[in-house]
Amino acid sequence: MKVDTGFLESLRLGGEFDARLCMNCGTCTALCPLGLEILPRRLFRHALLGDRERVLGESEAIFSCLLCRLCEANCPAGVHIAENVRSLRVVLNGEARGLAEA
Amino acid sequence: MPVPIQSTLGMLGDNLRKRGSALPLSRRAAMAWTRGLDIPRGGETVLYTGQMWQMAPAINAMTHRLARFEGSRLSGLFGFARRMNRLVNLTPLLARSSAAERQAYTDRLRNIARLLKAAGIPFGYLYEDDLYAGGLAHDEGLDTVFVAHAKRIQAVLQRHGVKRVITVDPHTTNMLRSVIPKALPGFSVEVKSYLEVLAERAPPVRRSLDRSATMHDSCVYARYEGVLAEPRALLARGGVRLDETEMSGPLTFCCGGPAEMLFPSRSADVARRRVAQLKAANPEVITACPLCLANLSRVAEPDVRIRDISDYLVEAYAPAEA
Ligand code: SF4
Ligand code: SF4
Repeated sequence: MKVDTGFLESLRLGGEFDARLCMNCGTCTALCPLGLEILPRRLFRHALLGDRERVLGESEAIFSCLLCRLCEANCPAGVHIAENVRSLRVVLNGEARGLAEA
Repeated sequence: MPVPIQSTLGMLGDNLRKRGSALPLSRRAAMAWTRGLDIPRGGETVLYTGQMWQMAPAINAMTHRLARFEGSRLSGLFGFARRMNRLVNLTPLLARSSAAERQAYTDRLRNIARLLKAAGIPFGYLYEDDLYAGGLAHDEGLDTVFVAHAKRIQAVLQRHGVKRVITVDPHTTNMLRSVIPKALPGFSVEVKSYLEVLAERAPPVRRSLDRSATMHDSCVYARYEGVLAEPRALLARGGVRLDETEMSGPLTFCCGGPAEMLFPSRSADVARRRVAQLKAANPEVITACPLCLANLSRVAEPDVRIRDISDYLVEAYAPAEA
């Protein structure tokens, strides 16, 4: 695993990334209409650890999230899951050449 | 393999940046619903459609076509399509919908205008300046495109001296009320959904409907904007008894719509599960969002009837076009 210390910083710029509060209980995955297993628990851990490669490799899960907040309505830690996912999208789009800009 | 994410998003982002709208919609088509309604131009209070009802059939059509690319080798062509789309607008080829469908959707805007008029609420309309609210760009994380577009909306509202906005769908409500003010600190207009405006006004019931149905709450109204009591109060007064599903209100289950562009088959799976939940409560289903309506209707069997809440409200509060 390659740790990229600037990665978390770039996530914060993308939005409100507050995944640190997650206590890994699994409620979100159990409720998710898509059964997203990697999101938010594992993926958020990778992000918090600065494991850029692992996060970038999960773009399918990141872009399939419905931002429906069913997970969030039941998260005991009050994580803003949907906004965290959106922050990851902002970062991923920045990585894809020319998508966010002209 | 989904539809190629970056190329598809790139196309939509390019459209919004260059053409002011994510999907092809001529200004004439966007305003056509106002025909014969004599809605004044501008004013301090405007009905803001954000073009969602006008665009929903095109999104639906595009989903059908994109679904064919899912997992196909033709996916590779998308990078090329995006580059071409910058020069010539290609999206109309992907997003062509039928005239009848477009009319069915924009008739809901006419319902809403009639409801507000019947309740004695004065409002204007911005016509060619009634811009798309940019929800897709924001949700997909195209923040540069989204912020540039939000500034256009801000400029338009300022130029017309708009103080209050009445919205007609959850996504535009959320963008104008919660998302844009956070991104652009000087953005200050009062934003209310027509359901909130009507519930506050409590107009007289002209015809009690005396029927039952179930309600599909949109995730955005339910969990982003807290618009839950208002549609229920209006339906109850109008004589509609709701058989609620277990997953309703703050626990509503998504229609699958947000995934429809990039993951059409997963989106359809979610929609089918939702329709089954609703049907078990009552085969007559009420929605309050053009995207929910389109996505659930796409998979519903003929014995499930899905209609927009304005179809019911107009019958109860503003029957028969004068
Ligand atoms: S429900 Fe909240 S606390 Fe539990 S795993 Fe999901 S994000 Fe973490
Ligand atoms: S917001 Fe995303 S992760 Fe949460 S329940 Fe909805 S689809 Fe699943």
